[in-house]
Amino acid sequence: MEKRSLQAFRVGVLSLLFSLIFNLGSFASSEETKKSFDPGETIMHHVMDAHEIHITKGVHIPLPCIVKAKNGFDLFSFSSFKKNESLGYLTYTSGSTGNTYFYEHGHIYLLDSEKGVMTDETGSILNEAPYDISITKNVAGMFLGIVIMFLIFLTVAKSYQTRVGKAPKGIQSFMEPLILFVRDEIAKPSIGHGYERFMPFLLTIFFFIWILNMLGLIPFLGGMNVTGNIGVTMVLALFTFVITSVNAKKGYWMHIVAPPGVPLWLLPIMVPIEILGVFSKPIVLMLRLFANITAGHIVLLSFASLIFIFAEANGPAAGFGVSIVSVAFSVFMNFLELLVAFLQAYVFTLLSALYFGMATEEAH
Amino acid sequence: MSLLSILLQAASSGMDVMGAGIGAGIAALGAGVGIGRIGGSALEAMARQPESTGDIRANMIVAAALVEGAVFFAIVLCLLVVL
Repeated sequence: MEKRSLQAFRVGVLSLLFSLIFNLGSFASSEETKKSFDPGETIMHHVMDAHEIHITKGVHIPLPCIVKAKNGFDLFSFSSFKKNESLGYLTYTSGSTGNTYFYEHGHIYLLDSEKGVMTDETGSILNEAPYDISITKNVAGMFLGIVIMFLIFLTVAKSYQTRVGKAPKGIQSFMEPLILFVRDEIAKPSIGHGYERFMPFLLTIFFFIWILNMLGLIPFLGGMNVTGNIGVTMVLALFTFVITSVNAKKGYWMHIVAPPGVPLWLLPIMVPIEILGVFSKPIVLMLRLFANITAGHIVLLSFASLIFIFAEANGPAAGFGVSIVSVAFSVFMNFLELLVAFLQAYVFTLLSALYFGMATEEAH
Repeated sequence: MSLLSILLQAASSGMDVMGAGIGAGIAALGAGVGIGRIGGSALEAMARQPESTGDIRANMIVAAALVEGAVFFAIVLCLLVVL
């Protein structure tokens, strides 16, 4: 009893010191005082996709840009974009296709040879944009997640092959409870008989979403907010939708267009609602994951921006003072985000399993 | 005609942003009430039958995540109004 309270006290003191140390690094830089701190733009810049990995001030990792205009593919590094004084944008002229591209706010556009940059009244750019299939920050994050998953699961699979019948050892013993958790708590209760067919997809989705959520929380790794991109979550929800529809038995569709036990006059209301339900379930899956992760990132970034807002308005001392509170809240929010990372992966997998179960249910 | 002019006036005077703020607040209220009720009944059930705590906890988390899904949808819409 005595030993536990002493350990708890030590943990408390160390966390406090740890959080105070980070205050030293949070002084607002006053070299570029021409541009005042815009919290909205900073937060949006960190949450959205980009063509480079911006680690800290001055440390940028340019990523390859792959664009396809009408006359062919162009592959170049993002660092090839140079500031064009006459236009005011970053431009790059390709050697192979001869096109000139310019970059504005995360998008690559084609520079028209005669008309230059065309904007309309509100300032949005009207130039044609080539097909942009670049390796952006989110794609790089997904590749990193794939590499991590291959490393973990190929190791685990190999150790299951070499250690047949023996007790699990090493990373095997860490992954086994998680894999069994997906099988026994998510797949078996929801799908019931015939759950083995869906296990590969459920396991992949669970670990993919969990690892990508966690990657977005690591600070200086580039802030790859992959699952906070609605395109990524849309594709994951699309997979669930396609697998549900392909594996759905006749009873599933009959329940939608002719729900049993419903009087005839109620059918014109019930059937559109049921059809809407077929589409709304994957859409809500997509929105839930996207909104949870993005909202968490925005809150974390807001707490960090608070320091700079106060420092701008009231001087650096106010920034220091606020940073204690801000760091404390950020630590708490990071713990919450760790829980949310696992929880959102669990809920996505569980709901996918539930939809598979409903689709493949035996008629009773 | 008058409705249109009222709407135009509202859009220019920034009342759309105020509406988004109020909407986000109401969404948070909905989340609090919904998840509070789920948690309350879950705790009550756990107190009645302690051996089913694990089952109840899992179902409570599922229901809370579903309610939060709807709330986050409202919050994202409000954010879209602001941006």
